[in-house]
Amino acid sequence: MRRLAALVLILLALPGAAMAGDLVLSLSKSRITITSSFAGESIVLFGVIEAGDAGDDGQPYDVVVTVRGPNESFVTWRKERRFGLWVNVDSRSFLAAPSYLAVLSNREPSLMAPADILRQEQAGFVNNRLLQRVGSDFADVVPEDPFRQAFLRVKQAQGLYIENAAGVEFLAPHVFRAAFPIPGTAPIGTYEVVVKTFAGGAPVSRGAVRLDVGKVDFEQAVATAAQDHPWFYGLVTAFGALAVGFVANVAFRRD
Amino acid sequence: MTIYLPIAELPVNIFTLLALGGAVGFISGMFGVGGGFLMTPLLIFLGVPPAVAVASVSTHMAASSFSGTLSYMRRGLVDVPLALVLLAGGLTGTLCGVLTFMVLRRFGQLDLVIAITYIALLGTVGTLMLAESLRALLREWRGQKAQVKRPGAHPWFLRMPFKMRFRQSRIYVSAIPVVTIGFSIGFLGALMGIGGGFLLVPALIYLLRVPTVTSIATALMLTLVTMIAAIVMHAVLNQTVDAVLGLVLMVGGTIGTQFGARAGQTMKAERLRLLLGLLVLAVGIRVAVDQIVRPTDLYTVKIDEAAR
Repeated sequence: MRRLAALVLILLALPGAAMAGDLVLSLSKSRITITSSFAGESIVLFGVIEAGDAGDDGQPYDVVVTVRGPNESFVTWRKERRFGLWVNVDSRSFLAAPSYLAVLSNREPSLMAPADILRQEQAGFVNNRLLQRVGSDFADVVPEDPFRQAFLRVKQAQGLYIENAAGVEFLAPHVFRAAFPIPGTAPIGTYEVVVKTFAGGAPVSRGAVRLDVGKVDFEQAVATAAQDHPWFYGLVTAFGALAVGFVANVAFRRD
Repeated sequence: MTIYLPIAELPVNIFTLLALGGAVGFISGMFGVGGGFLMTPLLIFLGVPPAVAVASVSTHMAASSFSGTLSYMRRGLVDVPLALVLLAGGLTGTLCGVLTFMVLRRFGQLDLVIAITYIALLGTVGTLMLAESLRALLREWRGQKAQVKRPGAHPWFLRMPFKMRFRQSRIYVSAIPVVTIGFSIGFLGALMGIGGGFLLVPALIYLLRVPTVTSIATALMLTLVTMIAAIVMHAVLNQTVDAVLGLVLMVGGTIGTQFGARAGQTMKAERLRLLLGLLVLAVGIRVAVDQIVRPTDLYTVKIDEAAR
């Protein structure tokens, strides 16, 4: 128990720690810096559920951790056979879908609470809202929608959507840990880590921390130059190409 | 060893990229083609976004073609006037191609049009080159002499007005077909996202009767100018040029080009054309197979560029 208290104290003292009601959260790193050797990184989230709050009547806690990357609009296309060729025929637009999504929990979210509560809380991989353009309106569709399923499947295959029903590990009844990978292809921006706890089939508490993924040094300089000074960047790149071609030609000159 | 690409925003193995650049550079130097029709699909396969792949390949092609052009120029094999006349048509064609590109994209069938154009074009050009070079090799094997070019045996389109003399190519032809060829290459290049060297070389050889080596040298120079324009255009309009990706490809590519150019000079022209024909046909068949075989996943997800 003394060790646990010490852990709580450490967590409270950490710069990235956030207190949200009765939930104390801390990331192993609050900023991922992309350097030239960046090939992905694993981030660990520590959390402490403060004891003695309402709803804690001896029931074990359930935790769902949701990490969402910056939003982006996507189009999902379906191919059909036309005149012997497979061509894109039908499409659905997904508006403001997270570019990265990791859902971790200590057990299957469907066992934690009734389905409607889970959907309302967006707890669980399939319960995340994915807005589609339906005519002139925007709405999420049933989870069985083939375009919605295909979207999740493709993003999972790319390693950008992660579902792990055993990703949250309890170190003690009120202390948990969750690790999620940020792949090398992860988009840059601010990631939101939302933690929701359940006990006895009802939501108990929620908390959130932020994670920044950004380029630094050389990578930052190149990206900024390409954005802010496109003419200069283009001409320098073109000149660089000519220089490389010239050097190679001179170096390999035989006559 | 991986390296992070700042514009493509993903890590890749640096040796894979170097090898890719070297292999494509070798082919590029050997046949005088830009290699874009090979490099772009390979980069997309590695996970590079298509827009970044197309734009960054142009830096690699600029470096490779500059290195190659210098080699040929030193030997006096580039027909500069011919390249300039071709370029006049080429740049106009590029503009028309970009406009067509925009119209097709609005109707949502750009991918299909590109695939069909690829199949039709690569299939036809590849088959024609293959058949012609096989006939030539067969003649040689039987010990027959190659047909001597008779004066006045020019097809009708070379006898049109505005005749020009291109000394290096040893031809005296009308400027109209030359500009038309340049225009077509520029148009198709912009539409299909390729340099067009693999179309230009056979067009110069078979339509204008330019000697093979001069065709290759002149096509390289044309690729160089087009690619420099492409780099600046992509950088300004789309901000999709990845200088790091380009640099790694270039280093591999320029080295490959040198060896390719040397290998090309030691080989017989008929064999060279046979190999290029096989290569073009193989890529065409590959595209056709992709379109005909049922894909493993019927669904694809793309970032909505219009919503950005």
